[in-house]
Amino acid sequence: MIVAYFGSLAILLLSAFWEKDAFTGRVEPFVWSLDAFDDLITNTVYRTIALRTIAIAVLVTLTDALLAFPIAYYMARVASPRMRGVLTVAILMPLWAAYLVKVYAWRTILQGNGFIEWMLEPFGASAPGLGQILNSWLVLSYLWLPYMILPIYAGLERIPGSLLEASSDLGARSGTTFRRVVVPLVFPSLVAGSIFTFSLTLGDYITPDLVSDAKFIGNVIYDNSSLGNVPLAAAYSLLPIVIMIGYLLVARRLGAFESL
Amino acid sequence: MAESRWVRIGLRIATGGVLVFLYLPLVILVIYAFNPSRLQAWPPTGFTFDWFAEAAANPAIRRALGNSLLAGIGATSVALVLGTAAALAVQRFAFFGRHTVSFLFVLPIALPGVVTGIALRTTFQTAGISFGLGTIIVGHATFCVVIAYNNVIARLRRLPRTPEEASADLGADTWTTFRRVTLPGMGTALLSGGLLAFALSFDEIIVTNFTAGPGTQTIPMWIFAAIQRPTELPVVNVVAFVLILVSTVPVYLAQRISNGAGGSRI
Repeated sequence: MIVAYFGSLAILLLSAFWEKDAFTGRVEPFVWSLDAFDDLITNTVYRTIALRTIAIAVLVTLTDALLAFPIAYYMARVASPRMRGVLTVAILMPLWAAYLVKVYAWRTILQGNGFIEWMLEPFGASAPGLGQILNSWLVLSYLWLPYMILPIYAGLERIPGSLLEASSDLGARSGTTFRRVVVPLVFPSLVAGSIFTFSLTLGDYITPDLVSDAKFIGNVIYDNSSLGNVPLAAAYSLLPIVIMIGYLLVARRLGAFESL
Repeated sequence: MAESRWVRIGLRIATGGVLVFLYLPLVILVIYAFNPSRLQAWPPTGFTFDWFAEAAANPAIRRALGNSLLAGIGATSVALVLGTAAALAVQRFAFFGRHTVSFLFVLPIALPGVVTGIALRTTFQTAGISFGLGTIIVGHATFCVVIAYNNVIARLRRLPRTPEEASADLGADTWTTFRRVTLPGMGTALLSGGLLAFALSFDEIIVTNFTAGPGTQTIPMWIFAAIQRPTELPVVNVVAFVLILVSTVPVYLAQRISNGAGGSRI
């Protein structure tokens, strides 16, 4: 399986350099050319899409970190053991619910005559509707939020209470303890969670397609692959690969792998 | 450090807010499943079970469900066998490149699915393999293996080696020791890993779209297509409702297996 997987990645790498016949549109395997890369560099649309996707992936990761921290902290440090169990189940449930079901739910909420429009109606405003790029940010943040909560919760739970007591015994106020003790200790867990939120956003093409009309890297790859322009799709897919390998190497250095 | 009263209240409110955010979309879909109106508009106009009958009679849904179940079972079986073998190799034997292998095992889930998808598609095309259920299973197995591997290796790290050594001392050969000692020790890890792998396979669309080919549709693929046809939305609502119900089963089982502590590993 490992061989099949990495063999496929190798073929993907090679196929980025295959020639696409300009007249017949046929792809010639193992005939080499740099046309695909030329296309990607000269056409500014691809740069815009790449920057947009990365920007949304960063935004989603930050949003999820902000939303996840309070609930994870509540679970780890405030909630009773019973409540902790209940909340763990409450967070696992939406995680296991089908991906497309969740995207579809947001589609019905956001679209005209949906829940949001009904909420806004008394104020005389109408729903923004599908087609907003911010929809992608909202829905992707929703989808990957549990992936961020669970590692942060696990990370917070591993911090021994004695460390926090020591910090306050030494005269630190709770704000200082939080900033100087809690945050550094839980940071690897946050990075571990961010691998999921960042990577899953980077590669998604279904959600952007269903809730907005702004294309992501994944849409370009999928569309070109189905239209038969394999070299272009392959060349473009090298971008998320390079980004994610870089991200993983940094994450490993930050100690995130022990928190996975 | 005891959190002050205001911090606690703030955390409680934030927790409540996040839970509302997580559940609101699911609750809205559940309500829509019983909406008699063909038009998808809030608020619902009444209450009916009619769409359930229509969904149950839909041949495309039945076919897709069958494909999804077969793909899930196939991918999970492959993943459990290969994932267990790899975990045993990495954990039990020291060999050259052992640490690299464990890093490589993160890649199939850390790299975006769209990369796996196009890589496999191009490979199948180049090799002249025809698309269908078999290629779907291979596609799903790439990430299911990682799940199985992670669950098994986490268990192997905690299992003491002494029972295996005792078994060998008592004259059992390697295979008998594996079957009678190691395998039962990994039992629940295999179960929770298999459960998670099956659920991920059942839910997968990003890779599936690339490896399915024109003739074969899974449940997520059916939903994706049906969402974009307004007349089918009432039936989609019912399928969504059933899927939400079904997704509580693995959560319940995982809790039972781990006695409420931890759960399966991603």
